[in-house]
Amino acid sequence: METIQQYFVQFFGTQWGSMLFSLATNMIFIFAIVVPLLLGVAYLTFAERKIIAYMQIRVGPNRVTFFGIPWLRGWGQPIADAVKAIMKEIIIPTGANKFLFVLAPVLTIMPALAAWAVIPFSPELVLADINAGLLYILAMTSMGIYGVIIAGWASNSKYAFLGAMRSAAQVVSYELAMGFALVCVLMLSQSLNIGDIVSGQEGGSLLNWYLIPLFPMFLVYLISGVAETNRAPFDVAEGESEIVAGFHVDYSGMAFTVFFLAEYANMILVATLTSIMFLGGWLPPVDVMPFTLIPGFVWLLLKIAFILFFFLWFRATFPRYRYDQIMRLGWKVFIPITLIWIVVLGLIMQLPESVRSVFPLNIWF
Amino acid sequence: MSFQDIIFYTFSAILIASALGVITFRNPVYSALLLVLSFITCAGLWLLLEAEFLAIALVLVYVGAVMVLFLFVVMMLDINLDQLREGFWKWFPFGGLIALVMVGEISIVLMGKYFGLDEMPTPKPHAADYSNTKELGRLIYTEYVYAFELAAVLLLIAMVAAIALTLRHREDKKIVDPAKQISVQKKDRLRIVSIPAEKKNQ
Repeated sequence: METIQQYFVQFFGTQWGSMLFSLATNMIFIFAIVVPLLLGVAYLTFAERKIIAYMQIRVGPNRVTFFGIPWLRGWGQPIADAVKAIMKEIIIPTGANKFLFVLAPVLTIMPALAAWAVIPFSPELVLADINAGLLYILAMTSMGIYGVIIAGWASNSKYAFLGAMRSAAQVVSYELAMGFALVCVLMLSQSLNIGDIVSGQEGGSLLNWYLIPLFPMFLVYLISGVAETNRAPFDVAEGESEIVAGFHVDYSGMAFTVFFLAEYANMILVATLTSIMFLGGWLPPVDVMPFTLIPGFVWLLLKIAFILFFFLWFRATFPRYRYDQIMRLGWKVFIPITLIWIVVLGLIMQLPESVRSVFPLNIWF
Repeated sequence: MSFQDIIFYTFSAILIASALGVITFRNPVYSALLLVLSFITCAGLWLLLEAEFLAIALVLVYVGAVMVLFLFVVMMLDINLDQLREGFWKWFPFGGLIALVMVGEISIVLMGKYFGLDEMPTPKPHAADYSNTKELGRLIYTEYVYAFELAAVLLLIAMVAAIALTLRHREDKKIVDPAKQISVQKKDRLRIVSIPAEKKNQ
């Protein structure tokens, strides 16, 4: 690294050399995050089809394989799907607003990828270690809704527009509950830096994870996360029985696939955030010998996979919510719960140390 | 020209262009989207001033929530542009007055040396571990707590007033209480009647 930086400084001069060097390294880091993420998205669709299939006593995709290897049957399916999507024609409806129609998928996937900049994969492995990391993530995830609204409007179709309206109202409502749940996390960790939030959960075992003192907030965050990504049982934005496919009814080929990619990238993002905020991020469940040998990165991946399994499980299990009940759950159940929990947490934090130490398990630090 | 200068001028150019677009585009949806763009570039400029909390709060609150609802409304309106233009000359003096006040305010900043602004020392850049959010929170909840609470109460009043103004009680609405739905027992709804088997017609 040092020698390469020297070359940059010699070639471009002292003022620009180090600047261009950091630009180049950052580009490499971004690729190192985005490429595995998109591969993960591809195989998450495969996992979803397989898992739901087994839950419904079917087999799922079991044909496409690599080089004819029999035990890899089905594993080539995401690649085949991607090739198919690229080959298909993108049809732009006659009455559509062409510019916004094409812009909408880009606006959907941009925040889903941009939020990954501040996610720490291990104590050292983070692209941007900024102080306001949590706020940055909230800001980025709140921008994802624009793609949906613009897609709904630019398609010039009633079904798409209805889907966009539903989705916008739903995402804006659940964002509040999600934000308040994260306020509890930052009250406990006393920091907005995501690395510090994970370090705050350190201390021997999983009893120190924020999952235990903030269990109701964990549930609120997970369920709001499902609603935020427009996944079943909160997928009224698509609602194929009522409004065909919602906001992306007029999209085809790669333009549709980008929406699809963004949905799954958002799922992985919410799962990652849940494991970082509540499940201790890269920390092993117990700080003893066989567990500490496994690198933190692997623990984070395992936790993400665990949460993602819940997402798929929900989809296979629950029927779709009615729209008014979605709104009721968000506004009348989750927001009061989170507000009360913030007050409870604040009161407990103000208790004198002698009283706090009597609590069982000493989970309230 | 340093790297920061390049960022500053790029962002400023985008900000000015998009702000001009907001008032010149005929399609209100384009105007709203350009307003979003100008908010985001403005947040970028604030980041250069080390005001990361304000910058991210701008994106979070205005871009993430307020403009979404704005777009929501603008998309559903069927706006007749000719009707909008009708009152232009009638309201022109009023708009001109506001424009004059704004030009005056901007000139106070830009021609700072006539107003003694250049005697203020330039703020010193902080170290990397300086948390703007923490410092802001400390000030808001200690020194300026009354002003902060007043602003909060003002917003609450506005919210309650908006809801109270638009709340309508409809007589014919069909609504079910989920708590009642869940607590329904078998004996409340189901009546088991024994019906004697009918004889087959032969």
